Amino acid sequence: MMRAERVCLSVQSQMSIEPLSVTAFTLVNALGLGCSASLQALREARSGLTHCDLPGIALDTWIGRVPDLESAPLPDGLQAFDCRNNRLANLTLQQDGFDREVERVRAGYGPERIGLFLGTSTSGLEHTEAAYRRRTLSGNEDLGDDLRFDQTHSNFSLGAFCRTRLGISGPTQVVSTACSSSAKVFATASRHLLSGLCDAAIVGGTDTLCSTTLHGFASLELLSPHPCQPWGRDRRGISLGEGAGFVLLERLPPSPSRPALLGYGESSDAHHISSPHPNGLGAALAMRAALDRAGLPPEAIDYLNLHATGTPANDRAEDRAIAQCFTRPPRASGTKGWTGHTLGAAGVTEAVICLLALKQGFLPANLNRGVQDPDLALDVLETGLEFSPQIVMTNAFGFGGTNASLVLGYPR
Amino acid sequence: MIPPILIRSIGVIAPGLTDWTTTAAILRGEIQYQPAPLPPLAPLLLPPNERRRATPPTRLAMEAARQAIEPIAADLTHLPSVFASSDGDLSLIDRLCEGIAQQPVALSPTLFHNSVHNAAAGYWSIGSGCMSPSTSLAAGDATLSAGLLECATQLATECDEILLVAYDLPGPPTLDIHRHFETPFACALLLARDRSQTALARMALDPITAPDPQGEDETHALSPALESMRAGNPAARVLPLLQAIAQQRAGKVRLPYLDGAVLSVDLGFQPMPSEAPC
Repeated sequence: MMRAERVCLSVQSQMSIEPLSVTAFTLVNALGLGCSASLQALREARSGLTHCDLPGIALDTWIGRVPDLESAPLPDGLQAFDCRNNRLANLTLQQDGFDREVERVRAGYGPERIGLFLGTSTSGLEHTEAAYRRRTLSGNEDLGDDLRFDQTHSNFSLGAFCRTRLGISGPTQVVSTACSSSAKVFATASRHLLSGLCDAAIVGGTDTLCSTTLHGFASLELLSPHPCQPWGRDRRGISLGEGAGFVLLERLPPSPSRPALLGYGESSDAHHISSPHPNGLGAALAMRAALDRAGLPPEAIDYLNLHATGTPANDRAEDRAIAQCFTRPPRASGTKGWTGHTLGAAGVTEAVICLLALKQGFLPANLNRGVQDPDLALDVLETGLEFSPQIVMTNAFGFGGTNASLVLGYPR
Repeated sequence: MIPPILIRSIGVIAPGLTDWTTTAAILRGEIQYQPAPLPPLAPLLLPPNERRRATPPTRLAMEAARQAIEPIAADLTHLPSVFASSDGDLSLIDRLCEGIAQQPVALSPTLFHNSVHNAAAGYWSIGSGCMSPSTSLAAGDATLSAGLLECATQLATECDEILLVAYDLPGPPTLDIHRHFETPFACALLLARDRSQTALARMALDPITAPDPQGEDETHALSPALESMRAGNPAARVLPLLQAIAQQRAGKVRLPYLDGAVLSVDLGFQPMPSEAPC
C-alpha cells in the first residue's frame, strides 16, 4: 500500500460548472422532421400520437411513430449499420443543418477533439426481434448473417454508426440507463469537456419502437389504452413513441444570445427497479443538484419540462419531488402527449423542446391532461403560451431508479 | 491531461479467479491458473425478494463490487458508480425475443424490467442504499477504457471516490455465434482522486485517438487460458493492468480504445509529493 502524506478533501460535488454553449440542435419524432415541424405541431396543438398500426402488434394502444423510416436507407458504405434505430439517427442528423455544424467543428477543432455521447435504451433490438421471427417461421437454427449484431443490436451500435458517419474520433460512449439515457449524456459530455478530453461534444440519443417495449410495458400494465394523459386525474399509463435528437455543445465564452447548458443533476432512487420512489426523493436530489451546478435558486426557473409519463405512480412521485424543490412552482408542462414516451430518446427530445422554448419564446401545453388531478399540487399549462423564458429545466427519470435533470438557458 | 487517479481496491470474479488476492498471486505467477466453474453468487446486499430476481450479470457485477468495497469500509450510501458492460444480459435478450416470436406473444414483466442495461446498477443502488449518481455505459470492446475515462472525468470534476464495475458474460448459443464472450468476467475498481489516504496504485490516463500500430497489451507469460479470457471479454481487457499492479510494475499499459486506438495508462506506485496544507 502506498500512503499519501495528507488528506485534503474539498467538496466538489455542488460546485457550479462553466456554462457550455449550445451551437446546434435538432430532433425528429412523431411530430415530424426537424425543429420547425415539432414547433409548428406544438403551436397548432396537433399531437403525433396515432392508434398502434405496427405490423404484427395487436395491442390496443397509441404510439408516436416516425413516418417512412422503413424507406429511409443509410448512405452507401454504411449499410452494415442498417436497422430502424440507426436509420432514425441518420435522418435526424440531416435536419436543421446539424451535419453542416458538425463539419464546422470537425474542421475547427479536429475530429479527434470532438466527443460523442449518445443515449439509447433498446438500440437495434427491433432488428434482432425480426431475426428471431424469421427464424421461427423458417425453422432454421441460426438467426442469419443479416443480424450484424455489433452494428445493429449492440448497445454501442448507435455510437459506432454516428462516429463513422460523422467522421469523429474523439471520446465516445453510449449511455444506456433506460429513460434517463439521453439526459445523462449532457452530464457525461460536460465532464469530458471540462476535463479537457474534447473541445466540442455531440450529445443526443435515439430510440425506436419495437415489440419488446410495447409488449413489455403492456405486461407491466403501464400502457394507456387512450392517448396518454400526463398529469391528468384519469391517466392510465404511457403511450410509447420513437424519436431522436442531437445537440452540439462547445466550450465557448457565454453569450447572452446563445443558450447554454447551465447545470445538470443526477441521482439514484435506491428503491425499486421499475417503480419510482413514492416521495420522489431521488428526483428531488437530481433537480437540486442541477440547480446547484447552475448556481441558481429554484425561482430562477421560468419553465419546467416535466418527465410526466402519464403513469399514476410516476407523475405522483415527480409532483412530490417538485414540491420539495420549489416553494413557488414554475410554469410547467409534460410533452409526452405530443411525442409519446420516446424512452432513451426522451431526455434529448425534451431538452430540444426546451431549447425551442428558449429560442422561439413559446411554452408548449401539457396536451391531453383532461381533468386536473386533485392529488397533484403542481398545475400545468393547459394551452401553449407565447412567453420567452430565460432559464428552463427538464427532467428525465427511468427504470432502475435513475434520475437526471438539466438546466438550460441564457447565461447571466 | 486529466489529473491522475488512485486505485484503492480491486474486486475480480471469473472462472478460476475468485478474488483479488488469489488473482494477484496468479498474475505474479506464484499460483498456476486453474479454470474452475464460477461459485454460486448470492447478492447478499439485496433484500430476499430482490435477491431472487437478480440475474446472472447482476450477480456477477455485484460480487465484484462487493469485493472492492469490502476492504475499504467506504461510505456506500454516498459512493457514485459507473457500470460498464458491452452487451449486458444476452440470455435475457434471447428469452425476450423468443417470447416476441411466439403467437400469442409471451413476455414476463420481471424479464422486461430486468432487461434495461442499468439493471445491475439499479440493484446495486437498492442493495447499497446509495442515492448518488450512477451511470451505465457501453463502448463495444472499448467498454473498459470508456468506463475508466468516465470515472476519471467524474473524479476530475465532481467527486472524491467512485466505483467502476466492468462486466460481460457469454450469452446463449443462438446469440453467442453473433457476439462471442469466452468466459464470464467482472472486475470492480474503487477509484479516488489523488489525495486519498491509501491506494494500491496510481494511474494517469491518456487516450490516444490515432490507431496504435503496436495495439493493445496482452497478458504476458501467462497461461493461454488467461490470454483467451482477456481477448474474449471486453471487461477482461483489464487483465494486463491488473497484472502490472500485481507485479508492482510501473510504466505504461495499453488498453484497447475505439477503432484501433488505445488508452495509455501510466501506472505508478510511489506516493505523490505531499500537498500543501489546506
